[in-house]
Amino acid sequence: MFSRLVFRPLALLAALAVTAPAFAEEVNLYTTREPGLVKPLLEAFSERTGIEVNTIFMKDGLAERVASEGERSPADLLMAVDFTDLVDLGVTQAVNSDTLNKVVPAPLRDADGRWYALSMRARVIYADKGLDLKGFHYEDLAKPEWRDRVCIRSGQHPYNTALIAHMIARQGEAATETWLRGVKNNLARRAGGGDRQVARDILGGLCDIGIGNSYYVGLMRSGDSGAEQQQWGNGIQVVLPTFKNGGTHVNISGAALARHAPNRNNAVKLLEFLVSDEAQALYARANYEYPVSQQAELHPLVAAFGDLTIDPMPVAEISSHRRAASLLVDRVGFDN
Amino acid sequence: MPTRAPAPGGSLSLIGRCKRSLAGVGLGWLFACALVALLVMLPVLSLLGHALEGSGDMWPHLRAYVLPQAFANTVILLTGVGLLVILIGTGSAWLVTAYEFPGRRLLSWALLLPLAVPTYIVAYVYVDLLHPVGPAQTLLRDLLGVASPRDLRLWDIRSMGGCILLLGLVLYPYVYLPVRAMFAMQAAGALDAARTLGAGAGGCFYRVALPLARPAIAVGTSLALMETLNDIGASEFLGVRTLTVSIYATWVNRSSLPGAAQIALFMLVLVVSLIVLERWARRRQRYAGSPRQQRPLTRKPLVGWRWLLVALALLPVLLGFVTPALHLALEAVRRLALVGIEAHILQQAANTVLISAAATAVTISIAFVLVFTLRLARSAAGVRALVRIASLGYAIPGTVLAIGLLGPLGWIDGALNDSAKWLWGAGTGLVLGGTGFALVYAYAVRFLAIGNGSIEAGFDKIPQSLDDAARSLGAGAGRRARCLHLPLARPALAAAMLLIFVDCMKELPATLLLRPLNFETLATHLYGEASRGTYESGALAALLIVLAGLVPIILLSRYGHSTTR
Repeated sequence: MFSRLVFRPLALLAALAVTAPAFAEEVNLYTTREPGLVKPLLEAFSERTGIEVNTIFMKDGLAERVASEGERSPADLLMAVDFTDLVDLGVTQAVNSDTLNKVVPAPLRDADGRWYALSMRARVIYADKGLDLKGFHYEDLAKPEWRDRVCIRSGQHPYNTALIAHMIARQGEAATETWLRGVKNNLARRAGGGDRQVARDILGGLCDIGIGNSYYVGLMRSGDSGAEQQQWGNGIQVVLPTFKNGGTHVNISGAALARHAPNRNNAVKLLEFLVSDEAQALYARANYEYPVSQQAELHPLVAAFGDLTIDPMPVAEISSHRRAASLLVDRVGFDN
Repeated sequence: MPTRAPAPGGSLSLIGRCKRSLAGVGLGWLFACALVALLVMLPVLSLLGHALEGSGDMWPHLRAYVLPQAFANTVILLTGVGLLVILIGTGSAWLVTAYEFPGRRLLSWALLLPLAVPTYIVAYVYVDLLHPVGPAQTLLRDLLGVASPRDLRLWDIRSMGGCILLLGLVLYPYVYLPVRAMFAMQAAGALDAARTLGAGAGGCFYRVALPLARPAIAVGTSLALMETLNDIGASEFLGVRTLTVSIYATWVNRSSLPGAAQIALFMLVLVVSLIVLERWARRRQRYAGSPRQQRPLTRKPLVGWRWLLVALALLPVLLGFVTPALHLALEAVRRLALVGIEAHILQQAANTVLISAAATAVTISIAFVLVFTLRLARSAAGVRALVRIASLGYAIPGTVLAIGLLGPLGWIDGALNDSAKWLWGAGTGLVLGGTGFALVYAYAVRFLAIGNGSIEAGFDKIPQSLDDAARSLGAGAGRRARCLHLPLARPALAAAMLLIFVDCMKELPATLLLRPLNFETLATHLYGEASRGTYESGALAALLIVLAGLVPIILLSRYGHSTTR
């Protein structure tokens, strides 16, 4: 019994270890973006070019894994939503491509070409339908009138730390701390859950207003994720807030070329494909995101939010305050 | 009853005792133990390396703003879950072993079912069901004639209480399983004596069964608590900030891997101290019985109000398994109606079963070798220490373990690559990192404690006199392992394999970070869908995880019946 139980799986495992994909033309993608989001894009790329894309999705530790694999790493292209760690650990390399530089606006890419944003999601207000929130500013969330009425996910979630980092970049740490304490005082429930929970909680009467990402609304309202979520999405109104005297905060998703990319040319091809009109339209259509390309059209559900004015603060500048933002969340006890 | 016995060989010096007890152990066995302990220690050492880099101003910050809260939350969570799993696990085990009632056999294996439901899934399901706009509260409002959820505010499951309840409901089988085995096979002699002496049902339970079951309760509870410590998905989703969540946030958001490593090691020290303390507390107790005493307990018929206990014991099955499974099934059916069955899900199911089976086989084999060596060495302190070290991995949360493994995997691959270049002029690329081996390594490190614990418990039931008899008849160590210990410890091995297999299938954080390209398991697929918000698309995967977990549970219960009778 024992040998049967032990050796058969071992043999299978050995087989598993050597089943590395063997396509002549391939590119290896490490991504922190969910497979469902990038799959349509990669399929389109393979169809156009005949280059097979091997992927692995991981949540955190992408930088550490690539670093530990060193020069033997099979990684060609790294997709992520923040590039500080990747750049700091030295696992990226610069790409100099006119195509990329032309399509991706300067605030949305690294000055040295070590990463490029490919799509954006706006951090928007979800609110009860009865409220009039014209001209709403992020700063307003701290006003006493919202006491016990605000829902938000954890302050330590990258989406929120980025927003807080953006506030620090604009107003400095002291003003941001006052603001964050105000928001904390206004929370209707402990910070936590996901953005869609905010919509559900507003519908469920636990709160009146909250912060969430724009693309979740598209996802919910489209019915792609079921009738129940459609009900949550339709149960709220979406307002595009701005900073006072500024624009709306956006989170980016982007990609970087891996330092030791074995298939460098294919990786650059994939990167350039991702900013092509076709791919940018797919980002908008399939994922309800804001494309970085000015040419691509928005999904009607997203266009209905109104005109998006992106705050001009460079993403790299925001990113440099991310750690400070995270520490501020602790000091304020935002999640407690 | 636990008896107090003087420590054996008290007059010999420590070294003398070690020499004597190691005399019959082949060097190969000892070497294997040392190697395993080293392999388990590698990620810990790598974390230690990170921690020693120094986190600069991070530690004072953590101490002032993060750790007090996280520590308090963790203690409350562990205490709550601990009490709950002991209560449910021991109570239900007593009910199905001490009493006879129609449906007892069914209940006795149904109580294992919640084991198949991962913590993160049970959290998602109950938030779905109990949310103000979910089915339960909607129905309640309809019944009461309340129009808006704003007019009827009820308790929110997203709280510490909710987290304790949900984790307890799916983790109690870790206690139920060993305690039931203890009651079923070992308690009979003492219990029958107590009954003869006129002890009532309560007296039998509190004064005989419970003290006897203490080692099993301790082992089961520590497994459940370590699962609790490892959990990130459920506690994060339910808004409970534990130490584990803090480690993660320190690493990812506060950009301080050294800081994260420091918290992780702090937590490891804490866990190890607790385990040592518990063992120290029962250091003088011996729980041996002769093989002749090992017979099933005579079950009493259930009468009167005690039927309420059966209803009570049904609750954890209903809440911990039936409800989430039905909810997932419903969601999965809706999804299937929408898109039909997707081919990749079968591939993912196959991947999951394959890698879990491989890891289970490797882990159980290693555990067998370790515990058998311990037996050969007659529990010599040195070997005992190696086995304990080899069990450490379970106390390290999966995410942390994975990060700790990246370093050693990198070094080993580097060394292999360089030596291959030197020998054959061509590098090997990545042999361990990013292959199935990395996953099996991670799973084995994480779940070796389960194997060690269960097999040790199994071996405890084999009297040393059998070893001595076999040895005097000329059976070498290998032959004794094969012909004596392996068959006699089969129930323990089977139970350990079940737990390890199910745990591997549910494992998420280490799998996410260490898996090969294009390799998706049910858990990683589910996570991808859930974190993107398309939870419904993940329902089928979730259901499959639960169903696949059922197979070994059913096998075990049938196997258990055929061997214990």
